[in-house]
Amino acid sequence: MIAGAADLTFLALSLPFVAACLAPVLFRLFGHRAAWLLALAPAVSFLHLAGFIAEVARGETVTGGYAWVPSYNLSFSWYIDGLALVFGLLITGIGVLVVLYAGGYLKGHPQQGRFFSFLMMFMGAMLGLVVSDSFLMLFVFWELTSITSFLLIGFDHERPAARRAALQALLVTGGGGLFLLAGLLMIWNIADVTQMSLLLSYGEVVKASPYYLAALLLVLVGAFTKSAQFPFHVWLPNAMEAPTPVSAYLHSATMVKAGVYLLMRLYPAMGGTPVWEILLPVFGGGTLLTGALMALRQTDLKLMLAYTTVASLGLLVLLVGFGSPYAIEAAVLYLVGHSLFKGALFMVAGAIDHGTGTRDLTRLGGLRRAMPVTFAAALLAALSMAGLPPFFGFLAKEEIYLALAAGNLRSILFTIVAVAGNALMFAAAFAVALKPFLGESRQTLKHPHEAPALMWIGPLVLALAGLAAALVSTAFHAAISSPMASAVRGEATAIAVGPMPHVGLPLALSAATILLGLAAYRLLDRLRDALARFFQALGPGPDQGFDEVLEALVACAVKVTRFVQPGRLDIYLSVTFAAVAAVLLLPLFLWGEAPSEPAFAWPSLSELAMLLIAVIGLAAVLVAVDRLTAIVALGIQGFAVAVLFLLFGAPDLAFTQFMIETLSVVILALVMTRLRLHASDRRPAGQRLADGAVALGCGLGLTLLLLKATEGVFDTALGDFFGSYSKVIAHGANVVNVIIVDFRGTDTLGEIAVVLAAGMAILALIRLGKTQKQSGK
Amino acid sequence: MEAWFSLLAGLFFAAAVYLILSKHLIRTLIGIVLLGNAVNLTLLVAGRLTREVPPIIADGLDRLPGNAANPLPQALILTAIVISFSLFAFLLVLAYRAYRVLGTDDTDRMRFAEPVDEPAPPKGY
Repeated sequence: MIAGAADLTFLALSLPFVAACLAPVLFRLFGHRAAWLLALAPAVSFLHLAGFIAEVARGETVTGGYAWVPSYNLSFSWYIDGLALVFGLLITGIGVLVVLYAGGYLKGHPQQGRFFSFLMMFMGAMLGLVVSDSFLMLFVFWELTSITSFLLIGFDHERPAARRAALQALLVTGGGGLFLLAGLLMIWNIADVTQMSLLLSYGEVVKASPYYLAALLLVLVGAFTKSAQFPFHVWLPNAMEAPTPVSAYLHSATMVKAGVYLLMRLYPAMGGTPVWEILLPVFGGGTLLTGALMALRQTDLKLMLAYTTVASLGLLVLLVGFGSPYAIEAAVLYLVGHSLFKGALFMVAGAIDHGTGTRDLTRLGGLRRAMPVTFAAALLAALSMAGLPPFFGFLAKEEIYLALAAGNLRSILFTIVAVAGNALMFAAAFAVALKPFLGESRQTLKHPHEAPALMWIGPLVLALAGLAAALVSTAFHAAISSPMASAVRGEATAIAVGPMPHVGLPLALSAATILLGLAAYRLLDRLRDALARFFQALGPGPDQGFDEVLEALVACAVKVTRFVQPGRLDIYLSVTFAAVAAVLLLPLFLWGEAPSEPAFAWPSLSELAMLLIAVIGLAAVLVAVDRLTAIVALGIQGFAVAVLFLLFGAPDLAFTQFMIETLSVVILALVMTRLRLHASDRRPAGQRLADGAVALGCGLGLTLLLLKATEGVFDTALGDFFGSYSKVIAHGANVVNVIIVDFRGTDTLGEIAVVLAAGMAILALIRLGKTQKQSGK
Repeated sequence: MEAWFSLLAGLFFAAAVYLILSKHLIRTLIGIVLLGNAVNLTLLVAGRLTREVPPIIADGLDRLPGNAANPLPQALILTAIVISFSLFAFLLVLAYRAYRVLGTDDTDRMRFAEPVDEPAPPKGY
């Protein structure tokens, strides 16, 4: 590797984030034409990654990175093998086209700069996710894609439906990410490595571990939520609330494939076990059928495509979990093909919406003359999606049937599932690509017109790429598909399937798919009604369940909050002091630390007198019926305490206490006279009992604690230090004063600051009252 | 002697808590004053009691004689007295303002920050 290559790769990875920061500025300067400039960022990253193709095709990997937290063996490091490279190329390549498309689609939208910024952030996160070598980095980028997806779905945040869809996507995929984190931590624990590249060679250790099943399940929840597997699929169709560029990019070509990426990435380390080969095909197959059936029920172009995406993701999961080498190859081919044709079809749907003002299939028709370029792109993409030769989708389909078709029951079952799913998707593909363009012209909201160049470049390039990749399949396989399949399987793999049909079982199955698909297409309207009745009969789905769970959660939170915070001060204080009493009392008894019986030495007469006066003062405060008496009684105990200070060698304290107590009583009495209050505020008996119990608990606790504390031997080190050095070092005879102004001078400074702050606050409160009174008059 | 003072501190603390738990702000304020005294007594006892001899170094001596009181708790208490007085003064004015604005000193009826009939939050998005 040449010097500085690592830094260049880092630059390529961070370019989208740089573009995200610049996007609002560029938008302000150039308007929607900023798309051309912004598309440069993914284009440069794409070219940089494309430079690795030769290296990776030779079976080498590109690694690099920087230490992050070396003590925990965490690093910011990337690992680019065939799998990561293909994903990286898809993300940046489709990214270029989507940015351009968004420039046309959202032209004139006042928040377009923000949109570009979110889109670029997502691109950076997704790119980081697929090249991540370290677990933690993978997780961070994983959640970052969830967050950026949230922002993009909720872009049109003034519509409640968009807000709901955004929140749902965030909760489902972000919540799944937490499961993934737990799973990664378990894998870390099992294999004791934090890097994907190292984990790949620990497969046997991981699979043999007793924690394998738990780790696998956790990782699967993460992957299934992200890749919209049943029953977590609900968020994906709802995410169609996002502007169409987002649907084309995040919710078909890239982000939803993150779960599939994860499964492929972990395949060498965790795949191939019986659990893996049961769970993945079952969930994948179920998702494939659900998605395909739901797709035909829709009339909205975008929703139809969204459900076919769900179906495709199911097919991918099925293939990754099926367990034969061909299945992995098929998954690789289908993943690439799907990204190309589905991205294109979404952009076509957006272009139709843009050109006519509606996406409703039943209200569209005859657009072939008004939108010829869009029609061409749609047709090319649909042919690939339908799996007709010589398009890339055909290669994928041949490989799928080659992988699945075998003599045993399991293969037959999943072959039937795949044929059925593919046939339904065949129908959906042509419903999207043909229905709006053929037939009679319909009256639409806007007069139909061709999309601007910015909006047809994307779908056309993607659709043509699907054709080109199939036509030069040998070179394409050598550069792209085979290295990716090798990386997934962990051993060298060469994919051979080409665009020319070969007679055999796979071709026969393809033919069956096409025939079934044609039938479904012809009967589309009747099928749609039947499906609508069928799903109606099934009752509410997981989507409604999501609402119910969320409402229950909010209701529960309200109940808990109202219980914990009833808004009554005495309850807060009672709980607080009860806790104080418990903290004081429980340890003394639980750990047997109660003090031994204290020695109540007989005090001198003066001391006894002052103790008694203090207690009498307290009692007087407590039993005083009216408040003025209570305030005066407050003076009694204060002065008694001051005299006690005097008796026990603390004259400074005594004088301060005299002054403060006098001031307190005077101020309290002054304020009292300005409040027109009832003389008495007696508490009801029940409250007296409860308050009294809490108060006695606190008092008893403090007494016992002090008895216990004074039992021990006293460490006089500090007192000795101050006594020894006050005069010698600080030149003061009054040790207390020396401590305050000298040894603990900064502490006193803080104290002065507190007094000052309190004084200013008091002044502000008083002033506030005055101005209010003046303005009131 | 420490035993007596421990008991006294406990009594002060109990009285302070009982008053603070009142629903009337004036009683609560009186409780705050008592709480300050309870804490001061606690500090004094924790530093052990010495009768009558203040921690002052006589002329001609370089260091404090062994029978003098422990100076450290006294310094701490001196700070505490001033701080608790500041707190008390601030709370007093605050209570007074609250009374003038809300027209009551009953904490049950002071529901400005947490109103009784607060509407439930929205259920979703």
